[in-house]
Amino acid sequence: MRSITKRFPGVLANDSVDFEASEGEVHALLGENGAGKSTLASILTGLYRPDEGEIAIYGRKVEFHSPRDAMAAGVSMVHQHFRLAASLTVSDNIVLGDNRAGWLRTSPKTIESQVDELATRYRMPVHPRARIWQLSVGEQQRVEILKALYRGARVLILDEPTALLTPQEAEDLFETLRRMTAEGRTIVFVSHKLEELMAVSDRVTVLRAGRLIGTVNTTETSPPQLAKMMVGREIVFAQFKDGHAPAGSEVVLELRNVSADGDLGIQAVSDVSLRLLAGEIVGVAGVSGNGQRQLAEVISGTRPRTAGDILVSGRSLRSGDPGQAIARGVAHVPEDRLGTGVSPSLSIADNLILKSHRRAPISTRGILRHDRITANAKDLMTRFAISAPGAETPTRLLSGGNVQKVVLARELSSAPKVIVAANPTRGLDVGATEGVRSLLIKAASDGVGILLISEDLDEILSLADRIAVMYEGRIVGILARAAADVQHLGLMMAGSSP
Amino acid sequence: MRIERRLTTPRWLALAVPVASLVAAFAASSVVLLAAGKDPIAIYLRLFDRAFFASGALTSTFVTATPLLLTGLAAAAAFRMRLWNIGGEGQLYLGAVGASGVGLVLRDQSGIVIIAGMILGGLFSGAAWAVIPGLLRAYFNTNEIITTLMLNYVASLLLSYLIFDSQSFWRELSTFSARAFPQGKVLPDAAMWPSFNIGIAIVPFGLVVGIAVAALWWLFYGSTSFGFKARVLGDSPSAARYAGIQTRRVVVAMMALSGALAGLGGASEIGDFRHVLDPRGLQQAGLGYAGIVVAALARYNPYAVVVVAVLLGGLANAGYSLQGPDFPAGLVGVLQGMILFFALGGELLLRYRVTFGARRAAPPRALSIAAGPAGVSGP
Repeated sequence: MRSITKRFPGVLANDSVDFEASEGEVHALLGENGAGKSTLASILTGLYRPDEGEIAIYGRKVEFHSPRDAMAAGVSMVHQHFRLAASLTVSDNIVLGDNRAGWLRTSPKTIESQVDELATRYRMPVHPRARIWQLSVGEQQRVEILKALYRGARVLILDEPTALLTPQEAEDLFETLRRMTAEGRTIVFVSHKLEELMAVSDRVTVLRAGRLIGTVNTTETSPPQLAKMMVGREIVFAQFKDGHAPAGSEVVLELRNVSADGDLGIQAVSDVSLRLLAGEIVGVAGVSGNGQRQLAEVISGTRPRTAGDILVSGRSLRSGDPGQAIARGVAHVPEDRLGTGVSPSLSIADNLILKSHRRAPISTRGILRHDRITANAKDLMTRFAISAPGAETPTRLLSGGNVQKVVLARELSSAPKVIVAANPTRGLDVGATEGVRSLLIKAASDGVGILLISEDLDEILSLADRIAVMYEGRIVGILARAAADVQHLGLMMAGSSP
Repeated sequence: MRIERRLTTPRWLALAVPVASLVAAFAASSVVLLAAGKDPIAIYLRLFDRAFFASGALTSTFVTATPLLLTGLAAAAAFRMRLWNIGGEGQLYLGAVGASGVGLVLRDQSGIVIIAGMILGGLFSGAAWAVIPGLLRAYFNTNEIITTLMLNYVASLLLSYLIFDSQSFWRELSTFSARAFPQGKVLPDAAMWPSFNIGIAIVPFGLVVGIAVAALWWLFYGSTSFGFKARVLGDSPSAARYAGIQTRRVVVAMMALSGALAGLGGASEIGDFRHVLDPRGLQQAGLGYAGIVVAALARYNPYAVVVVAVLLGGLANAGYSLQGPDFPAGLVGVLQGMILFFALGGELLLRYRVTFGARRAAPPRALSIAAGPAGVSGP
């Protein structure tokens, strides 16, 4: 790919980026969120067309008008969010949309044996007649990869492939990738996790703010060097909390055998019991989709519970009453910060009073006090370093980091007893991540109990005093941080007891 | 040529687009007139003269604009909340039924009491009618477009029933001819709403009430904590729930407010103009549906509703009084259609930016605070 440029309204996503991968290598594409990795990958697979620049595959110049063109040239992509038909079988999904076969359907037996053959060759055990909804996330990913291989992909792009996998599943994936490159296939591995890039890749290309920073051989580089290339400055990784709550703290939040249903009416949280002390950070680790989001919503009252009890400072909360939870001092930093955490079209000032609008001093006898709203906004914007043209700016125009600061400013300024933070740094750049984490640590040292739900194990390991692991809606175990290591947590995330 | 989403809408554009839409609508309609062999300039001059400048024209325009203003406000109040209340028509009928009923019951009271009673009767019956779909929406998540629309037919049949198919309280039964040709009871003279002569025109009471309501509603929306809840809920239901706002209550209350305003329109029809419950007249006017058009053109802003109601009222009034052999009868309809078409088309310009010359070297001007590419670069 030569001098690829792609613009979106208000954003230059790729600015004359050169990218080259050789036959038989794993080439990592590294960059922060918004650095242009996904855009570049989407151009390579024909989802977007570049505004400028050209693409050549095996030396032949190509122009992709759709993903089908790219597939015909041997380029396939495995997206972060799988594109599989859940009610069909594995082999149905693999041949779906592949019309080389012509009018007649190839006999299922032939396909199944072909799929089986591929699966054995690359050590990706998966049953061809299983239906997608029956499979685990790791198995679904195998189906996606098999689909690409079945169509003869020579260049395979994986977009953040380990985001939803346990450490063990990720290791299996790396083994598969090695087998594929040994046959001369090329892997483009899009990620922002340094450790796994070091483990799996041959070369690394780093993007920052849409520009190419450089390509290096993995053996000749180190995580700190890559991090510096990615962020553009030295960063301090370690941001540790001291590892224990102050002695004799009161229990601020207690869950007793709490259960709740998910959106589809299937039980998502099962019999969860947990105690959180003042000044303590308890991390909730787990692979995405194991009930963490629903757990956060049950505590904040936005989702009713079906069984059990939730106590804040010893007093029971009504089920499904967010207003009462707020009044009792439960702050919530929701996962979906722009859709739920703020009202996107309302101003920053309005969003900062989202929860306090009904109380003095913000309103008296139902009338809003605009002078106090403005003063409140000015104060919080300074204290939390929210950068925006003004307090009247619609919140949706802010960057992810600043939106999160608006949420945190509002939640922390409400003098909470408990903060439930769900993936508070997801999608934020390194600087904003540092900021959010230090705010959480500061809140804990002020005596707030924090339940930190995160899919980022490193985050949990550096912030949490104790770590609870969730699997299929249950807490499989709670460990003190000193007793936890990645391997062990990984096994627990896959469902095995401690 | 390419079309890009706008991050912000410049203030001047929000005014320029509706004005340009009006101009474009008149330009497009003149093509129709030219094709019919008429002189568009002369026709438009006559139209505006009859709408606003001729003697008595402004008074007639205000009369036409009054119900449009009230139903327009009703629709705008709901639409701002993304509650698609299409039921202004039915709520207006019920308002008319309520107001005339109260007017007849209080027939022996003083004028002020009767008029105040009629206003309250209109507000309450319109609100009650709108609360039905409001409750269904809040508690059973039914689609309010369907329920409000269907209730319009129910309201219309109820209206006919009261006068034509029953011996109801509203029906005049004292004379022989009234028994043979059904009609409503005429309200006492004291129930006539006052009007104000401001020199250039006579302003009906309903219009004054409507303008006051527009200002009050805006104040309520921007400066009360209940209005704040409504703003949050209209923008993001999940944020509202997250903030502990009792969303069902707000939905029902806003539907009631919208219905009350449409009901006020019905009360004004009775008190200002008709003085009798007249099913055929109300059903033919289609005032509730016209209010939807007014609200859409005003982009749900109450002050803009006032302006649009007077403008559309003027056109309708002029078209009505100019109708004849030398004036194209369908012109006003064509014009109204064109205005709506161009105004809604102009919405595109408010939300998107059209640029010419695709291959520009310079990157598009980005707001320094703009949402990062994470928001737009995903496939």
